[in-house]
Amino acid sequence: MGLEVLLKGNNFIRLLLGLSVALKISLVSVVISIVLGVVLGILMALKNPVITVVSRVYLEIVRIMPQMVLLFIVYFGSTKALLINLSAEAASIIVFSFWGTAEMADLVRGALGSIPVIQYESSMSLGLDKFQTYRYVIVPQIIRRMIPLSINLITRMIKTTSLVMMIGIVEVLKVGQQIIEANRKSSPNAAFGIFLVIFLMYFLACWPISMLSRYLEKKWEN
Amino acid sequence: MEEILTVKNISKRYEDITVFQDLNLSVKKGEVVVIVGPSGCGKSTFLRCLNALEDIQDGEILLDGEVVNSGNKDLSKIREKIGMVFQSYDLFPHLTVLQNLMLAPTKVKKRDKKEVQKEALELLERVGLLSKKDNYPRQLSGGQKQRVAIVRALIMHPEILLLDEITAALDPEMVKEVLDVVLSLAKEGRTMLIVTHEMQFARAVSDRMIFIDGGKIVEEGAPKEFFENPKTERLKKFLQTFTYGD
Repeated sequence: MGLEVLLKGNNFIRLLLGLSVALKISLVSVVISIVLGVVLGILMALKNPVITVVSRVYLEIVRIMPQMVLLFIVYFGSTKALLINLSAEAASIIVFSFWGTAEMADLVRGALGSIPVIQYESSMSLGLDKFQTYRYVIVPQIIRRMIPLSINLITRMIKTTSLVMMIGIVEVLKVGQQIIEANRKSSPNAAFGIFLVIFLMYFLACWPISMLSRYLEKKWEN
Repeated sequence: MEEILTVKNISKRYEDITVFQDLNLSVKKGEVVVIVGPSGCGKSTFLRCLNALEDIQDGEILLDGEVVNSGNKDLSKIREKIGMVFQSYDLFPHLTVLQNLMLAPTKVKKRDKKEVQKEALELLERVGLLSKKDNYPRQLSGGQKQRVAIVRALIMHPEILLLDEITAALDPEMVKEVLDVVLSLAKEGRTMLIVTHEMQFARAVSDRMIFIDGGKIVEEGAPKEFFENPKTERLKKFLQTFTYGD
């Protein structure tokens, strides 16, 4: 099956390092997306007409444009058009955060809008002030509504980092290809084994996150 | 007797629509006042103004001599003294029944947790819901939810309870279990201001009836007179809409 290639030299370590590059890009982007997304989502919920139009256009662009095209625009385009020399990693973090912020903001906006007005009113009529109302009544409900959806977004972002090899980043998939190429003569079947291992690695990275989400959903269901 | 709530000439307007104009009302300690009127007559809005959930354009609302006004810095302090129960969906869905009851007393009044819990359990027992203390609102029927909402208002020891059509969203067979609780509160001398469409209940529970139509108090009086000898044509017509036959 070609798994023996893994044991040659430090091939397995190289794959793990590749995975860590992918995870690092997604982790940084996820953190940026959550912070900016929460801010933008709150702004969107204010229903200011200008913010609404701008954010709609932004959201549509992110949804329509394939992530790969965005990567190419930022990485190759910025050098020529703006004369900035972005590293491939910086370019991919920008693209992933650009995408994640849009989706996250939409989740926050949706969750905020889904809390009935009566929840604010009944809290305040019990004597809770504005801060206490958010702290004990509104925010806990928003978090419960958002966790499953945002975890889904996070796993999608991790998976999609496999695209960054297209702008020359040596992440796990690229390392896999390199290993397969280097061992073409000695182990012609290596492709299956290596890609299988990469599949398992992605699975092990995303599965615990999905499990956590399912656990929280269950816990909050009753 | 001592006046708890005094409403002087209040008016509520949205841009070019006047909801009500120059309403006056006073509620004494221990009195149960029931407000009825056709849908859209402004009675719910009136009740919401008393808690500053809606602001008023003219007039003054005094609770225990303190001004109720959305600009008042001590608004949350005043709101502690006003218990309000809404039509529906006002329990906090992420908290259990017991947590719903304990939130405001422990966080707002900073009362001792154990003491509050003891009181909460006693009140739940009284409305027949002790076994539901660890359930979440979505596991309760509509009638059970409203009974919990009443207890949640009671546990803050309010000076006055405002009930805003609390049975309007309930299935008919659940209305009685909620209204029975309100009746028992009236018997023990709670001060209440109630908006409802349940005429039999209104008659049974009230010390004084008020009929609002077109944003004005059209008629008020003791329940017997109010229902048996309405003085105004409008109230006669209104009461007729609740009877069938002849």
